[in-house]
Amino acid sequence: MRQFGFSISQTRSIDLDQVDFSRLDELKNIVPSFMVCMNCGACTATCSAQQFSDFNIRKIKTQYMQGQYDGLAKQLEKCMLCGKCTLVCPREVNLRNSIVNMRRILTKKNK
Amino acid sequence: MKKIAIIGAGPAGIESASILAKDNEVLLFEKSTAVLSNIIDKAYLFPDFSSASEIADKLNSKLINDNITLMLNKEVVDIVKNDSEWKVVDKDGKNYFVSAVLITTGYQIFDARRKEELGYGIYKGVVTSIDMERMIRYNQVVNSINETPKRVVFLQCVGSRDEKSGNRYCSKLCCVTAVKQAIEVRKLLPEAEIYIFYMDLRMWGQHFEELYRESQEKYDIRFVRGRISEASSTFDRKIQIKAEDTLLGVPMKMTADLLVLMVGMEASCGTKDLGVKCGIGGEYGFVKTATPHLCDNETTEQGLFVAGSCKRPMTINDVINDARSAACVISDYLK
Repeated sequence: MRQFGFSISQTRSIDLDQVDFSRLDELKNIVPSFMVCMNCGACTATCSAQQFSDFNIRKIKTQYMQGQYDGLAKQLEKCMLCGKCTLVCPREVNLRNSIVNMRRILTKKNK
Repeated sequence: MKKIAIIGAGPAGIESASILAKDNEVLLFEKSTAVLSNIIDKAYLFPDFSSASEIADKLNSKLINDNITLMLNKEVVDIVKNDSEWKVVDKDGKNYFVSAVLITTGYQIFDARRKEELGYGIYKGVVTSIDMERMIRYNQVVNSINETPKRVVFLQCVGSRDEKSGNRYCSKLCCVTAVKQAIEVRKLLPEAEIYIFYMDLRMWGQHFEELYRESQEKYDIRFVRGRISEASSTFDRKIQIKAEDTLLGVPMKMTADLLVLMVGMEASCGTKDLGVKCGIGGEYGFVKTATPHLCDNETTEQGLFVAGSCKRPMTINDVINDARSAACVISDYLK
């Protein structure tokens, strides 16, 4: 069939019915504290990588929790694992450990 | 012995009656046919999951007192100042003359049908927190077709913090109630996905914040910041909801088996009515106290006192404390 020059824009909307939470389940078994975040943003405020790039660890964490994994592996490369985020976290989320494991889980599944 | 009229046999009325009856004669008026009607349909109370019926029983036992005359099915229609006395008029036109009056007419639940876009009363899969409490109490958490729900969604601030409903105020208990109910649902349904949609989580009380943390850590309750704008039914009678995840800045949709609306507290009809008749009507139909800090049980009328959730949304322990303080203030006044 002849293709015309129209395309349908992909929706920006998250459809939670289509989300596969297996990567989140894997992470929360290794780092249970990942689940107790209350999105205060102290991690992002103190983050060194955030000062010079669009790296936002709070947002990455929220995206991961909603099963929105696209582009996260690339984003997470910007982290230098200094661990300041983990030091400032009021809920004692082991974010540094979460980042290491998110990287591992995301790259493993991408292969 | 002096005579005191207390209007409303909820926790505030019963608690203050039991204290005041030590030195006075108390007439306790109740509009409905039973006392404590707002407590007895609850399952467990936050934050310690103590049994609501046990607390109701304990309160009920305080009514066994020769100085308390409980009058069920006796609505008070008017309260009039009569020199140094007060005249209380019931619905049958009978007059009672007393030295002091305590109004404990309490709250009522926001009628969720007023938020038509959320589908309560239209779709069976949409329930209120009061319905949910009953479902938990009788261990019958089911969706619209009596199946075990796979996904349960709680929505905060229904009828609170909402100009459209005419209620700007925060009802203050719904946040922790949703967390409590979510934990209870998790205990009944280990496999379900449970979400709470919130605007702010106001964990103001002792152990509330800890309960919130526990719900995330131990019970896998997922929190999404955003208000559900509308709910509709799918062909298989699930509930389709739309919201924005405001922490990500993207719109979101999902289908749920059960949507639980966390309805707020409003002034009860009796509170609104008596507030206006006695000239102590305040904002949103709640009664107004003399001053907010030091005279919070007194009103601008001498000998007319108020206690409990007829003043503002309150938890049961707030209400009990307030009832005790009212009893103390009234005893002083009658000396």
